[in-house]
Amino acid sequence: MVSPTNPVNQYLRTDRMPHIWCSGCGLGTTVNCFVRAVEGCGFPLDRISVVSGIGCTGRVAGYLKLDSFHTTHGRPIPFATGLKLANPNLKVVVYSGDGDLFAIGGNHFIHAARRNMDLTIICVNNFTYGMTGGQVTPTTPIDAIASTSPYGNVEEPFNLPHLAESAGAVYVARWTTFHVRQVTKAMKEAIQKKGFSFVEIIAPCPTLYGRRNRLGDGLEMMQYYKENSVIKNGADPREVGLGFKGKITCGKFVDRERPSFLDQYNTKMTERLGSSFKPYKGVL
Amino acid sequence: MKADPRGVLTGAHFLDGDHACCEGAIAAGCRFVAGYPITPSTEVVERIASRFPSVGGMFIQMEDEIASSIAIQGAVWGGAKAMTVTSGPGFSLMMEHIGLAVMLETPCVFVDVQRGGPSTGLPTLPAQADMMQARWGSHGDYEIIAFSPNSPQECFDLTIRAFNMAEEYRVPVMMMMDECVGHMTEKVVIPRPEEIDITERRFTTARPGEYLPYNLDGGIVPPMAKAGDGHRFHVTGLTHDERGYPVMNADAQEKCVHRLVDKIRNNAEDIIRLEESETEDADVVVVSYGITSRVAVKAIEMAKADGIKVGHLRLISVWPFPERRIRELSARVKAFVMPELNYGQMFFELRSAAHGATRSYLVPHGGGTVHDPEVICGKIKEAASQAQSKEVLW
Repeated sequence: MVSPTNPVNQYLRTDRMPHIWCSGCGLGTTVNCFVRAVEGCGFPLDRISVVSGIGCTGRVAGYLKLDSFHTTHGRPIPFATGLKLANPNLKVVVYSGDGDLFAIGGNHFIHAARRNMDLTIICVNNFTYGMTGGQVTPTTPIDAIASTSPYGNVEEPFNLPHLAESAGAVYVARWTTFHVRQVTKAMKEAIQKKGFSFVEIIAPCPTLYGRRNRLGDGLEMMQYYKENSVIKNGADPREVGLGFKGKITCGKFVDRERPSFLDQYNTKMTERLGSSFKPYKGVL
Repeated sequence: MKADPRGVLTGAHFLDGDHACCEGAIAAGCRFVAGYPITPSTEVVERIASRFPSVGGMFIQMEDEIASSIAIQGAVWGGAKAMTVTSGPGFSLMMEHIGLAVMLETPCVFVDVQRGGPSTGLPTLPAQADMMQARWGSHGDYEIIAFSPNSPQECFDLTIRAFNMAEEYRVPVMMMMDECVGHMTEKVVIPRPEEIDITERRFTTARPGEYLPYNLDGGIVPPMAKAGDGHRFHVTGLTHDERGYPVMNADAQEKCVHRLVDKIRNNAEDIIRLEESETEDADVVVVSYGITSRVAVKAIEMAKADGIKVGHLRLISVWPFPERRIRELSARVKAFVMPELNYGQMFFELRSAAHGATRSYLVPHGGGTVHDPEVICGKIKEAASQAQSKEVLW
């Protein structure tokens, strides 16, 4: 008897399975959504590159059967910036976690957004550093327990959509791993959007964040997302911050037009240098 | 392969070392530079920013040196030849990404126009105190290549060589300049493009689906791929196998890292560039590099006028260290004298290579200016007179 093949297998490095993620982790769900988004986005697979930093989400690059780069902690965005500028024909996606992108890599995020670098940033936000055992991150809600905030987090977390919007992102959406169709659609829109696009996906880490905070197992955390998500497309990003055990505002918050870095570069250089300037289309 | 004529300003110019480095990079085919302003290196990227739009290059001023040092690597995997430029504090921030370039085998060039340190130190004044940082600054064990020019002409010539060596060995190559050489203006002759040899990247000939990023294909340096060519490859800073996949065990570590070291060590003689004068019958050999070599020449003349047989060995490449040549010389010269703008960095390599066969004398200097040739001359005389003793001094 021939066993049925998962239709997403062709996009995965199946020779690397089983993956390292815990049972109940939301990462696999996001990858499933991602390959379906890629499948429908209209870009040939050979032209899509995925760049990850370090951490549980950082491992995504290694499981996707695309040109994929597992770089250093916090630095996938500047790596992606160089890759995109060397070959603007590539669609470059940065896939990383909340600690990687917003603690050690926070500066790169805001500057790439400010430049409107043509990149898609997918942040799987599980509120914790999973790979190193569940430490507090810049998105951990106040009062949540982490191994380095054993009496509850005392720091105000980042509201990621607000940060992205104020730094200049042209597309900003947030969903949870419960919203698989919306996640897939948001990823697809983000990939198709020219400029700096950002998708935040709230994901369960039952092993570390969930267990320490008595949020239950993976299934119970998904149940929580189902019951506590409020869909508000077009919501003011200032008002979508997340509290501990609070409501989760989901939706597409920003979808606007702004010249991308390269468009702006070519326009301005042509204005300044005239016909002696040949618009830049990559190094090759 | 010869240089792309678009980038080559053939002719005689009056350039400082920083500008000459920029022209060398363009002649070498560099078309992506990411940098962050820092004295005394900034003139390199200023000229790049001005020149690149007309030669089809892309310069981006990044938010810091950390970003710059990895943006160039993204660009290389996109098919570019790329470099970043900095000085001490920025070089410190780049260290993790030197390790990444080593591990992914990303050919790229790091230019460090050295100034006095530690910390903010002497931003506008010279030193040669990042030499060990260039060699060992990133964590883990590895080998890199580094050059140390002593003139604007060499800033041009060696930047081309740095790019060529980076491609040949798929390794980050350092240009260890200093404030003096960077800001010194001299005649620089830029040859015709057809006179400039360029090492092109060796891309894989494997068909899509068959390419393994670290399959050696009979050599010690694997052929490369670039994103978008249909290979759908994976590379990682983790210890990896020939597929580029992470493997977490001692056997994989041995296989992966030992080759990274061997590909440079086993080819040291191909990489090393030295300049020697009158070393054959010398009693004392002055070993120097970079700006200090020019002061050493003056000191050697003074010592010779006093009847001392002095030779000069100049390190044009500084890493890998020319151990074999030092060992040969140590068998017959009575002493080495090494001036450098630090309190002993390359000197310890020299002393180690001399291995007690001859005496080695350091002429230390904290930087901020260059040595007084009298001081070096005095050390040459001291070395010549004490050369009977086997005691090793510094």
